[in-house]
Amino acid sequence: MKMWKWYIPAVAAVLALAATTFGGVYAADKLKIGFVYVGPIGDLGYTYQHEVGRQALQKALNDKVDTTYLENVPEGADAERAIEQLVRAGNKLVFTTSFGFMDATLKVANKYPDVFFEHATGFKRAKNMATYAARFYEGRYIQGQIAGKMTKSNVIGYIVSFPIPEVISGINATMLGAQSVNPNVKFKIIWVNSWFDPGKEADAAKTLIDQGADILTQHTDSPAAMQIAEQRGIHAFGQSSDMIKFGPKAQLTADTDYWGNYYIERAKLALDGKWKSDDTWDGLDKGMVVMAPYTNMPDDVKAMAAKTEAAIKSGALHPFKCPITAQDGKAVECKGGSRLADGQILSMDFYVKGVDDKIPGK
Amino acid sequence: MLETLINILQLIFSENFILTVVTASTPLLLASSGELLVERSGVLNLGIEGMMIVGAACGFGGAYLSGSVAVGALCGIAAGTALSMIFGILTLGLAVNQVATGLALTILGIGLSGLIGAKFVGEKIVPAVHLDLPILTGIPGVGRILFGEDAFVYISVALIVGIWLFLYRTRAGLVLRAVGDNHTSAHALGYPVLRIRMLAVMFGGACAGLAGAYLPLAYTPFFIPGMTSGRGWIALALVVFASWRPARLVIGAYLFGAVSILGLALQPLHLGVPQQVMNMLPYLATVVVLVLISRTRGTAGSAAPASLGLVFVPDR
Repeated sequence: MKMWKWYIPAVAAVLALAATTFGGVYAADKLKIGFVYVGPIGDLGYTYQHEVGRQALQKALNDKVDTTYLENVPEGADAERAIEQLVRAGNKLVFTTSFGFMDATLKVANKYPDVFFEHATGFKRAKNMATYAARFYEGRYIQGQIAGKMTKSNVIGYIVSFPIPEVISGINATMLGAQSVNPNVKFKIIWVNSWFDPGKEADAAKTLIDQGADILTQHTDSPAAMQIAEQRGIHAFGQSSDMIKFGPKAQLTADTDYWGNYYIERAKLALDGKWKSDDTWDGLDKGMVVMAPYTNMPDDVKAMAAKTEAAIKSGALHPFKCPITAQDGKAVECKGGSRLADGQILSMDFYVKGVDDKIPGK
Repeated sequence: MLETLINILQLIFSENFILTVVTASTPLLLASSGELLVERSGVLNLGIEGMMIVGAACGFGGAYLSGSVAVGALCGIAAGTALSMIFGILTLGLAVNQVATGLALTILGIGLSGLIGAKFVGEKIVPAVHLDLPILTGIPGVGRILFGEDAFVYISVALIVGIWLFLYRTRAGLVLRAVGDNHTSAHALGYPVLRIRMLAVMFGGACAGLAGAYLPLAYTPFFIPGMTSGRGWIALALVVFASWRPARLVIGAYLFGAVSILGLALQPLHLGVPQQVMNMLPYLATVVVLVLISRTRGTAGSAAPASLGLVFVPDR
């Protein structure tokens, strides 16, 4: 048959093309860095901020690193596949940016001991797996204070995702901040069981407002609640990113994460061969948590917030300073001297007094 | 105990609660109405989620670029219809398996919407306006529910009424039902089975696109990839729940919407029920009601159109 004769040069041409494109990849000596995101970069919330950090990293070390990302990776079994995919594509430093990737990251880390892994907001480490998180609770304490001062109905609406320690410590920090200026504050909490579901977050926001909340705060990733707050003429706090665009009259401030400096620092360590597994937990002081400009509030509240922010930055004030009373009235054991130890905050599974909700699953 | 019950009843019958329920149920009603017609013609279109989400992306894009929600809605409809035409060509023209094609189109739709919508993320539009009649909207308790909704809600009601009239009161609807029940006999009688099905599929795609466009144009006025969050799948389930009957579909859509919002609204009342159970409520309620309906019906076997999902190739 004459037909197969032209297959050979065609196949050869394809192989040559493939060799030049893919061969180019292996010939480069840029450090390949991969990112795994739990949501879409368009969430304008948590994942968006990681993407901002990645772009800062790429810009700062453009000639030395090559960054890629995978978005919308579900937490659970599929995460392992996604992380391995990045490793097999040649990435030598992989950032997995959500709590639910913890076990998957550890599994892949054990399989590939010469690749470095960094897991955000988790607590399991290995020789080649580090953890990092931002002290979100510092920002939430400030938000709590602002809410305590600004609320007229004394009901704060709180939209949350899953009962993990980070979320619980966020609720507690907000309550402690609010109580420090207004002992009568109450929370109404709705669990939406998702980090990201704009429709459900909007429904939860409407429900909370109908039940009397006049300030909303959230630990979910979309700006839906901020928009509802704007529509209904009340105030709200943005989460992870500055949501002022969606709530120009509603947003008081936002507890924004800034990961850029950390990513650049860790990439430099990897480039210099000095990377080591570590546990980084920085907050306002190192610029990992940045408060969005204080807006839509009277000057005295703004001044109070700025003062608290400065106090936390300098270390003079700690949101979890002892004594702390738990929901059941008992005093919480203070393992960090004058404030709760980091380990206690990271594994927090109790509410402080004043929060009337039950932690789901306890 | 009694006080809690009174609290819950006050909550359910409050105007704000019902308004929230209406907005939550409308996208489900829009999408499932179209799918009802499609399935009645004998085609199983599992691609609704994909058509909804491209409707959302194009709907928002159209509204953002033109400044008009109506133009956005039309773009959403066009996007849903276009994707459904691909489905139609594959399953009706090339006789490909309907289930596999539908699933593939869902995945395609999700990817396409992310691509199209990427440049619109973070943008704002003026959301759909709500009706505001001088005296009627002000009626306490029901004014805003009946006379204060946005156009999408009124269209969804008109749509399902129209579908009911079409299916049961017109000759064309009778022919469509015949095609869905027995495509071989309909073909033998001379009816253009494939053409009828194609038109039905396009209509279903248009409805799904409109349902998807409702989300970024009225429900939460911004676009974010993945914002349909599985509503297309729920719409599919609702068609089955409704035994392929329009009246039951309205009940199903509003029941599902109501219980979803109830699950959220009951959480702050601290009834002692775990919040995961509250979040399960809509699905549980749907199953319970379905069991009750099936028991009273008494017919053995399914109410599905007999040729649903079966491939039809003329004269084979």
